[in-house]
Amino acid sequence: MSNFFKNSDIDASQAEAIVTETLKNCDDGELYLENHKSESIILDDNKIKSSTYNSDQGYGFRAVTGEVVAYSHSNDISKESLKKSSDNLKDTLKSKKGTYNHEIPKTNSKYYENINPIENKTFNSKIDLLNNVNNYLRSKGSIVNQVTANFLGEHKSVEIIRSDNQVLKDDRPLVRFNVSVVLEKDGKKETGVYGVGGRQSYDDYLKDESWKNICDEAFRIAAVNLESKPAPAGEMKVVLGPGWPAILIHEAIGHGLEGDFNRKKTSAFHNLMGQQVASEGVTIVDDGTLHQRRGSLTIDDEGTPTENTVLIENGILKNYMQDRLNARLMGTKSTGSGRRESYKHVVLPRMRNTMMLSGKYSQDEMISSVDKGIFAVSFGGGQVDITSGKFVFNCTEAYEITNGKIGSPIKGATLIGDGPSILKEVSLVGNDMKLDPGIGTCGKAGQGVPVGVAQPSILINKMTVGGTKL
Amino acid sequence: MIKEQDFLKDIASYCIENSKKLGATEVGVKVIHSVSENVSFRNKKLDESNRSDSFALNLTTYIDKKKSSINSSDLSKSNLEKLIERCIDATKITPVDENNSLPDKDLMSKKMEDLQLYDETHYPNDKKIEFLEHVEDAASLDDKIVNTESGFTENKNNFILANSNGFQNGYKTSNFSSSCVAVSRINGTMERDYEFGSKRFLNDMLKPDEIGKIAAEKAINKLGPKKIDSEKIGVIFDKRISKGILSTLASAVSASAISRGTSFLKDKIDNEIFPSSINIIDDPKIQKGIGSQNFDSEGVENNSLKLVENGILKNYLIDTYYGKKLNLKSNGRSGGTTNLYFENGNLSFKELLNLEKKFLYITETIGHGGNIITGDYSVGASGFMVENGELTYPVSEITIAGNFKEMFKNLILANDLEMKYSTNAPTLLINEMTVAGK
Repeated sequence: MSNFFKNSDIDASQAEAIVTETLKNCDDGELYLENHKSESIILDDNKIKSSTYNSDQGYGFRAVTGEVVAYSHSNDISKESLKKSSDNLKDTLKSKKGTYNHEIPKTNSKYYENINPIENKTFNSKIDLLNNVNNYLRSKGSIVNQVTANFLGEHKSVEIIRSDNQVLKDDRPLVRFNVSVVLEKDGKKETGVYGVGGRQSYDDYLKDESWKNICDEAFRIAAVNLESKPAPAGEMKVVLGPGWPAILIHEAIGHGLEGDFNRKKTSAFHNLMGQQVASEGVTIVDDGTLHQRRGSLTIDDEGTPTENTVLIENGILKNYMQDRLNARLMGTKSTGSGRRESYKHVVLPRMRNTMMLSGKYSQDEMISSVDKGIFAVSFGGGQVDITSGKFVFNCTEAYEITNGKIGSPIKGATLIGDGPSILKEVSLVGNDMKLDPGIGTCGKAGQGVPVGVAQPSILINKMTVGGTKL
Repeated sequence: MIKEQDFLKDIASYCIENSKKLGATEVGVKVIHSVSENVSFRNKKLDESNRSDSFALNLTTYIDKKKSSINSSDLSKSNLEKLIERCIDATKITPVDENNSLPDKDLMSKKMEDLQLYDETHYPNDKKIEFLEHVEDAASLDDKIVNTESGFTENKNNFILANSNGFQNGYKTSNFSSSCVAVSRINGTMERDYEFGSKRFLNDMLKPDEIGKIAAEKAINKLGPKKIDSEKIGVIFDKRISKGILSTLASAVSASAISRGTSFLKDKIDNEIFPSSINIIDDPKIQKGIGSQNFDSEGVENNSLKLVENGILKNYLIDTYYGKKLNLKSNGRSGGTTNLYFENGNLSFKELLNLEKKFLYITETIGHGGNIITGDYSVGASGFMVENGELTYPVSEITIAGNFKEMFKNLILANDLEMKYSTNAPTLLINEMTVAGK
């Protein structure tokens, strides 16, 4: 039974009738209903700075014909509001005629449990843990200048009503726990940040004192950065560590392989299907089916089951990531990549968990092959210009490499490269693939969605490092 | 239609009364209604039409010095009753923080000015479509332009801010904005650029053919960029990105960063941080200003504030909570800056370009490479080389890096300030930065 119409003047069958009637001359569309509960509890500067609980509910009604999308959303799940939205959609598409495609694959798989992480850990125990984190880190000495820690938890229920009473449902838990520490020594201050998360309960990530490992890692990164010297400037070899540095893959090629940019021919990859876009040892997939991962989804926000989509296989471009609209216009099928931040947003093709698979080399082999370069272990965030293909990301932990040996840590610097050519510069792929700790949020067209990344260590022959030292 | 004040006031009062009944000693609440209509075009054809009608409620309850908040979009009293109960329950068990409180009563805004922030004109979708047809026609004239996307958004807002000390006020605002993104192509490589404008009043908007023309020109000018050698060179920031320097300053002088000790400008109050010719002002009371407001997000009165005067840092951006931590009174900057700008410099744009034989002129940066704690700065960039005062060729796939402390001290402003956004700066030059290229 649907909970969305419990307090409404309209019931599910009436809503379904409005959907069917509105979409009868359209190619596609649905009524997307969402109930979203979330919490944020933040400790900062020795205090619980804020505790906030959010409760949001609404619908997004979409009608699609040809390339045209009509969308209307509201918090008000009522007969009047839905009728008004319906009139709006019909008015926008009045001169168009489409044929509704009723086909949508079904799934019995589930990649996460229907739990509410907010309710299955008590408020008091969250406050206690935040205080423990603060005390634990501050006990490491007067070098600790500032500690911030926070819980972010949510539970999202979605219901997708398609034409002719097809109803698809999903319940999605998501948590994230973050620690940030600022260290000060000899007047110099540096930050270290670490976090964990995914689609499980908080305690799956924090039990048995494992929260101490998160604190230790944040502290370690800040301590490394206290010893950092200015980063070099110019083109050089770059070794990327495994795990989270895969945001390079996400920025450099992931966005460029999303269906919308390729349908519109505005991606630097739009005419490269079937061609060699990476070195031979490089295989990249986008997988929505990993259990309990941050980027995983049982069904996407159009109701399509997710899958493991091969993007690049042994260097050859194989597939784009598609939602229903772009798949239809490009004559292919949805890869279960249609996502939206909330009911307030239209669907776009997006990444889920983007991963470069393991090769055969060890990280040591890579480092010892570099005369002059850098070894980048962790990153802040990145960004890409889809059209020109240029992308950046910021190192938060990196070291110089001289004559095959890891040297001093270097200050945070931006690395810049060119998406379509960077993967051809990958000369060695490591045997140590690792998933990120579950902290990524991807932004596109003003919409943020949770994503994951993974990669082994890789050696890139040439990249521009944006330091200050010439 | 946008809801009237009485509707919002009724909900705000309900929240305050119910919270007090359940034991709250102080209550703050904001109720917002917004309606937004957007139409977008691609390659001269309708692409998307989007209507949004949404409510938001933020409630903060205090029990003595304990505090907790809830947000909701469902304003039904049955839902609010449950949420208020939840908020009070959380407040009771949240640890005490002696700095938690509503703003001092004598700081609250008492007068309302008509700042000309609301234009009730409704621009129907047919008109928006007509507007975008002109934008797209102007953007598509040159055959090097291979893709155009443009949009028109009309936004109407109304809100009430209220608290248990008797403050209750709010007003309507409107926004009309239009943008165009053009993609140009030559020899199989593509570049993208844009033009964007946002105004409080429909009649003040940039003409549609201007928007299209500028976006197309900018995208074409970027074609065929080169990567340059790594070097130390003077970097000129185009007006579209020079405002970013002010946003960094704003983060670094927020009372939160100062009180936490995590700003590279900590302890710099009354010190010279810019050349003595520089003045930086934050003025909430500009008529039709994009960042204008009658009071800040806590209801505290705010007025024009000189952040930097003759190069000297004079003020922080202070709200109630962090103000108490610093033993300073709120200056009405809860929620951040309002209309923030550099006063104009003395040089014309041309004169600035001619100060040296060679400069790098940056029109776009990518990445989030500013560190407020250390002042270190490193971002990806693209733009043009300037030789003998002329833009000679486009440049891309480079980074620019430096430290804000030195960048601030080596800053020269042109006199071409325009009030286009909420944060605005003229074209500016930073004498020496490290450029990483080849």
